[in-house]
Amino acid sequence: MRLFIYLLGGLAMATAFKPVKKNIQVPATLKASIERGKTVYVQRCMACHQADGGGVPRMNPPLDRATAVVANDKAKLIRIVIKGMTDRVEIDGEMYDNNMSANPDLTDTQIADVLNYVRNNWSNKAKAVVTAAEVKAVRAKLK
Amino acid sequence: MMMKKLVRMVLPAVLFAQVVTAHDGKPNTYFNPNTDPGNGGLTLPAGFVASRIAENTGRARHIAVTPAGDIYIKLERLVNGKGIYLLRDKNKDGIFEESQGFGDYIGTGIAIKDGYLYASSNTDVYRYKLDAQYHVLHPDQPEKIVTGLLDKRQHASKSIALDNAGNIYVNIGAPSNSCQEVDRTKGSKGMMPCPILDSAGGIWQFKTDKLNQTYANGLRYATGLRNVVGLDWNQAQNQLYVTMHGRDMLYTLYPEMFDSTVSAELPSETMYAIKQGDDAGWPYVYYDHLQKKKILSPEYGGDGKKAGGEKAIDPIMAFPGHMAPNALLFYTGNSFPARYKNGAFIAFHGSWNRSPLPQEGYYVVFVPFENGKPTGQWEVFANGFAGAPVIKNPRDAQQRPCGLAQGPDGSLYVSDDVKGTIYRISYNGK
Repeated sequence: MRLFIYLLGGLAMATAFKPVKKNIQVPATLKASIERGKTVYVQRCMACHQADGGGVPRMNPPLDRATAVVANDKAKLIRIVIKGMTDRVEIDGEMYDNNMSANPDLTDTQIADVLNYVRNNWSNKAKAVVTAAEVKAVRAKLK
Repeated sequence: MMMKKLVRMVLPAVLFAQVVTAHDGKPNTYFNPNTDPGNGGLTLPAGFVASRIAENTGRARHIAVTPAGDIYIKLERLVNGKGIYLLRDKNKDGIFEESQGFGDYIGTGIAIKDGYLYASSNTDVYRYKLDAQYHVLHPDQPEKIVTGLLDKRQHASKSIALDNAGNIYVNIGAPSNSCQEVDRTKGSKGMMPCPILDSAGGIWQFKTDKLNQTYANGLRYATGLRNVVGLDWNQAQNQLYVTMHGRDMLYTLYPEMFDSTVSAELPSETMYAIKQGDDAGWPYVYYDHLQKKKILSPEYGGDGKKAGGEKAIDPIMAFPGHMAPNALLFYTGNSFPARYKNGAFIAFHGSWNRSPLPQEGYYVVFVPFENGKPTGQWEVFANGFAGAPVIKNPRDAQQRPCGLAQGPDGSLYVSDDVKGTIYRISYNGK
């Protein structure tokens, strides 16, 4: 009986982890946005968050595998990029010392691009695209 | 078979017992090293040997060794609710098998002076009376001698050093990169004058025997020091020496003036001999060891070439950028070769701000000294802490040097704040 359950379990597992062949096509517009976002990332973000998105232990939080980065609250991310952040907050169980730069001089498109880059790079796979229109809307509310 | 069964039954009990008895003063093996790859995993000059005397102690920041050879370590995160641990090697086999925890606060600074143990949180400084064995008499009742120091996350650790006249020197790091109106932000101007310097960005002097001293009771002993994590009282010179973390992000904030290669190398990490009233120039200037001068910060009208800081002191030694000198120790022992006497050991934590270049500086450096001044260039003394030849991201470093202490036998102790490995380096050459 027990053996049977094991077998059943194994079968279910095998099915669950069978690679699903689905054509996940990254839309051309998103692909271009991610590409442009990389340039912004290298200039503005990489020093602290590192080339691999891993951040710096206890100083600068990682973006790769970070819950908030791939989460659906795009407005929050847009706000942080524009205004920076100096709050004492715990991020995925760890505290970080450095302040986040403000980037109000980046254009709406640049902010959308860099967010699309960090949300879809390394092991990150965000569900939704960030658009310049969304950045514009969030920015309008900040003023 | 029998043996296996016994292990299976007894091992969990043993492990459990260790956790339970680890902090009530009874012998335990909680922090015993079990991964020493030989010589502690370090490369050293000929004649020197190293070993790991404890592992997994936590985020071990600074350390202090008693005249009896026991070690106090200050932790940046509590381990079983405790922020200070005393490690002892009772049977003198080189493994510090016994530990005792106390103090319910995190922090960096720890030092022993004239019958007291001093330790800092990120806002306060405490002291504990020691008995004849240099053990803390009342671990739960420290005297709070300094309180209310600035803690705004960034550069919040309070390193300490003591002189021979009843004073304690406390570093208060600036919670800022370069005193911009908006920290670390492109296009944001430097504030003039920098208001941060009133309460941070310098070394403050307090009395060792007065309770609850605040800024109002302290003396701003030296200013213009962005973030000093390493400081030591040089006994031969009767003077304070410090190592400072230089500013970050020259390329990120001023790509029109600096490329990422220059920005990885600059500005210098600096070492100063401090006299009362000194100003090292932060945030208005930074030091450039390639041009060998103080350069006006771009936030204050600089362009990477214009000199500045005429009234600011010069460093006595400059190191490549961003390597993070976290501890300074003048060697007063006799067991190392004569050239090390009165020279400076500096524990570099290792860089993060050299990307896209590989990170650098996960090692302990030696600077030869005579009469309080360096007599030659700095040299790598102990390397191999990171556990890999190239570190792209600091999180890949297995250990990062953070604290230094000298043992009664003249050996050098190094702490690591990734996992809390404690190293002892001694000399057995001829």
